[in-house]
Amino acid sequence: MAHTADVVIIGAGALGAACAYFATEQGLRVHIVERGEIAGGTTSACEGNLLVSDKEAGHELDLALYSNQVWRRDLAPYNHLWEFENKGGLIVAATESGARNLAELAGRQREAGIDVTDVAADEVHAYEPHLTEDLTAAAHYPQDCQVQPMLMAAQLIRIARERGARIWTRTEVTDLHRDGDAVAGVVTSRGTIHADHVINAAGTWAGDIARLAGVSVPILPRRGFVLITEPLPRTVFHKVYSGDYVASTTSSDEGLQTSTVIEGTRAGTILIGSSRERVGFDSTVSLPALRQIAAKALTLYPVLAKTKIMRNYHGFRPYCADHLPVIGHDPRAPGLWHASGHEGAGIGLSVGSAKLLVQQLTGREPDLDLTPFAPERFDLVEAS
Amino acid sequence: MTERPRDTASTSPRYDVAVVGAGPAGLAAAVAAAEAGRRVVLVDAGGQPGGQYWRHPDETAPRGDESLGHHDWSTFTALRSRLHGLVRRRRITHLPWRQVWFVERPSVGDEPPAHTLHLTTSYAGADTGGEGPDAVTGDAVILCPGGYDRQLPIPGWDLPGVMAAGGVQALLKGHRTVAGRRAIVAGTGPFLLPVATGLAQAGADVVAVCEAGSITGWSRDPLAAAAVPGKAREALEYATELIRHRIPYRQRTAITAIRGTEAVRSVELSRLDREGRIREDAGTADVDLVALGWGFTPSLELVSATGAATRKDIDDSLVAVVDDEQRATVPGVYVAGEATGVGGAMLAVAEGELAGLMTARDQRAPVSQGNVRTLQKRITRHRRFAAAMHAAHPVPRHWHEWLSPETTVCRCEEVSYRQVCGARDELGAGDARTVKLMARPGMGWCQGRVCGFASAKLAAATEGRALTADDLRPTAKQPFTAPVSLEQLAESPRYE
Repeated sequence: MAHTADVVIIGAGALGAACAYFATEQGLRVHIVERGEIAGGTTSACEGNLLVSDKEAGHELDLALYSNQVWRRDLAPYNHLWEFENKGGLIVAATESGARNLAELAGRQREAGIDVTDVAADEVHAYEPHLTEDLTAAAHYPQDCQVQPMLMAAQLIRIARERGARIWTRTEVTDLHRDGDAVAGVVTSRGTIHADHVINAAGTWAGDIARLAGVSVPILPRRGFVLITEPLPRTVFHKVYSGDYVASTTSSDEGLQTSTVIEGTRAGTILIGSSRERVGFDSTVSLPALRQIAAKALTLYPVLAKTKIMRNYHGFRPYCADHLPVIGHDPRAPGLWHASGHEGAGIGLSVGSAKLLVQQLTGREPDLDLTPFAPERFDLVEAS
Repeated sequence: MTERPRDTASTSPRYDVAVVGAGPAGLAAAVAAAEAGRRVVLVDAGGQPGGQYWRHPDETAPRGDESLGHHDWSTFTALRSRLHGLVRRRRITHLPWRQVWFVERPSVGDEPPAHTLHLTTSYAGADTGGEGPDAVTGDAVILCPGGYDRQLPIPGWDLPGVMAAGGVQALLKGHRTVAGRRAIVAGTGPFLLPVATGLAQAGADVVAVCEAGSITGWSRDPLAAAAVPGKAREALEYATELIRHRIPYRQRTAITAIRGTEAVRSVELSRLDREGRIREDAGTADVDLVALGWGFTPSLELVSATGAATRKDIDDSLVAVVDDEQRATVPGVYVAGEATGVGGAMLAVAEGELAGLMTARDQRAPVSQGNVRTLQKRITRHRRFAAAMHAAHPVPRHWHEWLSPETTVCRCEEVSYRQVCGARDELGAGDARTVKLMARPGMGWCQGRVCGFASAKLAAATEGRALTADDLRPTAKQPFTAPVSLEQLAESPRYE
C-alpha cells in the first residue's frame, strides 16, 4: 500500500516534534518517521534549556530571541504541559578578570537586545541564597527559561496527531524516494511514503540522512555528561552558571572541557553540568569528566557536598563547525529540508527554527532571514 | 583505538581477585580463590558476612541461637571460619560496609584486563563505619551482588503494613522482630513457606498462605525435585509446620487489593485462572501485616556496568550470560549466585566456589579438575531444580488487570497506573524507557529497583507480547551503581 503525505519528518526529537506542530498548524498532512522512540535521542539526555544568556551577539542569538518569543506567544496555551518555567539565568564570576569579562559580555548582549541586569557581589545572594560567598560579580537574565524536553517533544507530537499527523516509531529510513533530482518521499523499513517535502530532523545523525540524498551536511557528535542528584527541597532557583560556560559552548576544542551549569527541576533533582568532548559516538562513561564537573560545581555550591548523585545523562550534541544550526531548504536536493545541528541549544531553538522553516516551506517570507543557517554553506567554504 | 584517560586504576590497591558481595556466592568465591593462592579483596555492603540469606544478629554480641530460622547454617559457619582464618593470614582483605558506586573498565589491550571498583560507605554502614580505600583494582573480579525482592504493585500495596516477603524475613533473621500480629503471606513460590512458618514460630497469627500458582506445576519435571533431595526434605518440614500452626495453604489464590487508610486493615482475595486472571471473589481477611513475595530480582547493575552481556532468564529476570565456568562475556569478569539466574543459596555457593577456582586457574594457579567437575555437576542439578521451580511459579501473566487507575506504580516518585497509561496512550511512549522518561516511574531514590520489573512487565503486557531482555535492561543500566556524594565524586580517591 502506498502512503502519501505533504511532509515527511525524519526524527521525533525536539526539532521533529516542533516541525510537526507548525506544519500541521498550516493544515499540512504530516508523517513522522522515527528510528527509535519519541524523544529517545539527544532530547532525552539534556536539561531543556531555553537560553539567551549563553550566546554572544550574532545569528544564533537572533534565532534564540526569536524562539523565545515563539515559546512565550505561540505556545503560551500549552506551556504548562512541559513544565515551562521562566526561571531566569544567573551567570557568576569568581575573579576580578572574570567580573570584567562578564561586564563586557553583558554589554554586548544588551546592545543585541537581551534583557540583562548587572548584579554586584553583595547582591548575588538575594537571587541565589546558597551560592558560595566567593564571587566577584553576576549578571541576571530574566528571559532564560526551562522546559522538560521529553514532555515538550511528546506533547507537540500529540497535538500534531490530533491535527491528523501520523507517526511511525521503530522505523528506519533506508533511502530517499527520488523523482528525478527532487526528493519525493522516504523509503522505510515499513514501506515507502510519498511526499512533496522531506524534513531531516535527525539531530546528531542528520548527516547520514543528507548522505542518502547525495549531499553533505557536516554535523558531528559532541559528547556531554550531566549529573543528577537525589531530590532536594528547592536549593537552586535560577539556571546558574560560570562565565567560562559561554567560552566553552563556542569553542571548537576537541579535548574535554567542563564548565559549571547548575539548576533545579520541578521534580526536586538538581542537574549539574556540563562537559563537552569530541570523541565520536563513544558511549563509555568517563569518570575524569564526571569528577571535573563535580569539583567545579562544589566551588559554586559548597552546600551540595553531601548531596548524593543518583545517575547521569549522557548524550551527543549535534554540532557544526561554525556552531550554527542547519535550517531550511536544501537547493542541492530539491524537496529536502533540514532542521538539525543545534548543538547544546536545540530545545530552546527548536520552536523558532521549526516555525521559520514552515514559513519558508509554505511559500511565505520567514520572520528571520535563514541565509546564515543555509545547509549548503559548508560547500561554499570548501570551494573557496 | 584511542587510550581513554584513566582515573585511578594505576594507583589503587591491586589484588589478584576482587569479590563483590559476601553472601553465599561471594563468600564461597573469596574463600576458594584465596585457598587457591590468590590475593583477594572482599567488598560487602553488610557489616558481617552472610548476605541476605544468612542474615543474623550482631556477631559482636553473640547469642546461642544464631542459627534460628536458618537452613544450611553449617555451610555458612564453615565458610565463615575459613574466611576468618584467611583474613588473619592476610590472604583476604575484607571491606565491610562498602559498596561499589562505579566500575572503571580496563582500557583496550590491558593485560590483565583489570577493573577498578570505586567504593563508598554503604547505606547500611552510614552510621557504623565503612573505613577503607576509595577504590580497589582486581585483575579478576567476581560479581556476586545477589538480589532483592521482586515486587508487583497492586491496589493498596503502598500502605504501611505491606512488606516484601524478603523484608519480613530479614527482620525475623537479623533482628528477631515480628512486623505484625495478624499476618497473611501471598505471592508465588516456595519462599512463601519459610516466611509464613517463621512468622508463626515468632508468635504471629498467620491467617493464610496464598499461592498464585499451583504445586501441580511441578509435575512437568518431577525428576527435577528429586535431583536435589535436600529441597524435598525442606518442603516437607515447612508443610508440617503449616499444619502444626493450622495455616491454610490456598492455591491459585492472590491478594488482589489491600484496604486501609492509615495502615493495612484487610485484604481482598481472588481465585485466579491459570493465566492469572481474576476468576472469582475469594473473600476478605482482616490483617495488620501483608507479606508479598513474587520471587527475586537479581542485582544486575554491576554486571551491566562492566559491559558484560545479559539475557532474560526463565523467570523473567535479567541475568548475566556466563559460560560453564562462571566467566561473563567480558574478559576478567566472573559472575556467581542469583545474578546468573535465581536458584537459591546452595546453587550460589557452588557457583561462587567454581568462580573462585576459575579465577585461580585463569591466572595460572593449579586447580583440581575433579573439584571443577564436581561443582559443575552440582550446579547442573540445582539449575534443573530452579528451572522447574520457576516454571511452576510464574508471575501471573494478567497481573496488570488487577490494577486500578489510582494504583501507585512507583512509590518514590508517586506515579500512578493512570499516569503510566497516559504516557503510553497519549504521549506515544512505546517502551519502558520512554514511559520512565515521560512519567517518571523508576526515577526516584530506588532507581527502579522496586518498580522496574513491574514497569517492564506493563510495557510488554500492553503490547500483548512477552517480556524481553530489552524491557529489563534500562533498569539495570546505571553508570552510578550506588549513590555517591558530590564531595566524594569530586575528590581524588584516598587509599588508606
